[in-house]
Amino acid sequence: MNLHEYQARDILRRHGIPVPPGEVASTPAEARAIAERFGGKVVVKAQVHAGGRGKAGGVRLAKTATEAEAHAKAILGMTIKGLTVHKVLVAPAADIASESYVGIIVDRASQRPMLIVSPAGGIDIEEVAAKTPEQIHKLAIDPRYGLLAHQALTQGFALYRDVKQARAAADIMQKLYTAVYAAGASLAEINPLVTTPDGSVQALDAKISIDDNELERRPDIAALRDVSAEAPEEVAAREAGLTFIKLDGYVGCCVNGAGLAMATMDLVKYYGGEPANFLDIGGSSNPQKVVAALRIITGDPNVKSILFNIFGGITRGDDVANGIVQATKEFPLKVPMVIRLTGTNEREGIAILERAGFAALADMDEAVKQAVAKAKGKAA
Amino acid sequence: MSIFIDKNTRLVVQGITGRDGSFHAKQMIAYGTKVVAGVTPGKGGQRFEDTVPVFNTVAEAVHETQANTSVIYVPAAVAASAIFEAADAGIGLIICITEGIPVLDMTRVLPFVHERGARLIGPNCPGLISPNKSKVGIIPGNICKPGNIGLVSRSGTLTYEIIHQLTTHGLGQSTCVGIGGDPLIGTNFIHCLEAFQADAETAAIVMIGEIGGTDEQQAAEFVKHKVKKPVVGFIAGQTAPPGRRMGHAGAIISGASGTAADKMAALQDAGISVMKRPADVVPLLKERM
Repeated sequence: MNLHEYQARDILRRHGIPVPPGEVASTPAEARAIAERFGGKVVVKAQVHAGGRGKAGGVRLAKTATEAEAHAKAILGMTIKGLTVHKVLVAPAADIASESYVGIIVDRASQRPMLIVSPAGGIDIEEVAAKTPEQIHKLAIDPRYGLLAHQALTQGFALYRDVKQARAAADIMQKLYTAVYAAGASLAEINPLVTTPDGSVQALDAKISIDDNELERRPDIAALRDVSAEAPEEVAAREAGLTFIKLDGYVGCCVNGAGLAMATMDLVKYYGGEPANFLDIGGSSNPQKVVAALRIITGDPNVKSILFNIFGGITRGDDVANGIVQATKEFPLKVPMVIRLTGTNEREGIAILERAGFAALADMDEAVKQAVAKAKGKAA
Repeated sequence: MSIFIDKNTRLVVQGITGRDGSFHAKQMIAYGTKVVAGVTPGKGGQRFEDTVPVFNTVAEAVHETQANTSVIYVPAAVAASAIFEAADAGIGLIICITEGIPVLDMTRVLPFVHERGARLIGPNCPGLISPNKSKVGIIPGNICKPGNIGLVSRSGTLTYEIIHQLTTHGLGQSTCVGIGGDPLIGTNFIHCLEAFQADAETAAIVMIGEIGGTDEQQAAEFVKHKVKKPVVGFIAGQTAPPGRRMGHAGAIISGASGTAADKMAALQDAGISVMKRPADVVPLLKERM
């Protein structure tokens, strides 16, 4: 789960990291009121789960409160990478002397939280890593001891020659590390970490992603989810306990297991089709999940055929079959459906499907070929 | 032979009285796995299915039954704790089936397990099976058949699909290992490849990877230098859009290195025969063996 910039800034502030002031607005009038309160120049920033906000025109400088209101009006409702902006952050324009980067991410290779810092801040860190890798400093943190003072200070000196600033940065890094474990973050970035003309070090912009597996035990963090910032069908899928990702194709896929779901999409492509989605019904046998899955797939007007690929393990074939029968009673299908069903309770499942007038295939390749052919027949 | 589990495997099931634990404990017993103990705090003294003794702690179970392997079916909220407990009790091989353990929990679990000299398989994995010898986890026993193909996979049901392809075409398996789809796992491709290379019964190896991370590239490098047996590989997620989480927490493409195209190229470069689809596994193996 991604947090908005203003939410990430709140978390950092709560952990004692110096964050410049800023407030969030949902309407142009609110933006104006905030700008008036701050006085002077302000920045109006789109709050949306997408990078490249600046390039998309979602970050604008306003000299007056009236200008801030006009900018908010332009930004609110705009679409950045397919996502609509519903909120803006209004913050006093900071005088910046330098920009750096500080981030913590869980590293797969070392199996540890990794502190990454760079004196080249304010730009996309992946770009820095690609173009000037010598500007990136990494440290794998031993979670048994946390980020030790001397380790943080060494990284602080990688950013600033001034000892006061290096110490301030080190302190921020240690607090960021604490925040990662406290919030259950899989990624926490301060970009840029700035120095002001008076020499202070501050976190100007922040990005935090929360590990979805942490949400159950952290209701306060889970409550930060902004459903309006996510694709509606993905929200519906999550609420039904499914994993769904919309793609641009026309063969609707419903599969049990993430790996098999990806392999099914790949096979659709292999046989000349385009998958409309990734959908994993998971390891459960609940027929209601199948009903929810079919509702989401059929809600996509691009879908020209539906492909079920079920290899029963924990998932039972008869439960999936019952779900399919139940779903097609609730909302009759307008496109052809191909079902591949094998594994646990396949015989029972196939019998249920046949009684309801559906055929089931045993072979994955055959099923995918048919689903692609039927989609194209319909499209032509 | 086989790798990691065989007839000498003495299994303790953590969470044996739970919904998933009891269902799969029965399946494992029916398959012939030596399930010597179960653990559910507060239910010590009971017997599971009138035979398997249940203990309050793993330490007691080990002391009383000489269990050497543990499988974990407890809920995600307490799964990290269950791994700590198994490692502390001296269990040498811990298989964690549970899905949904926070990654930050795993950053603490892994060094602990490592320091105690234990091997963890998973979490978020289907476990493993050495056909006709022992099954630990949830891989359906009836789709497997004993033979000389070693299989290692990051997936669950895709693993079943590949096993199904092998078995229906007469190729049996020495051991099939599901290492799990999470970003932080206890046993990776290289550990399994090393074990399969050393296993006299394994003649050829199948590795099933997916998008995200660089484990497959490192495994390819290992194969290039250390594996003499033929290896056939598959990468799921060739059509996945970058930056999206595809169900497995590990299957996020970050940067170019995690893409399917990149991984397939690395496999190819290491002399691994790369499948375009699951049905290619048998023809490619026959070509190489």
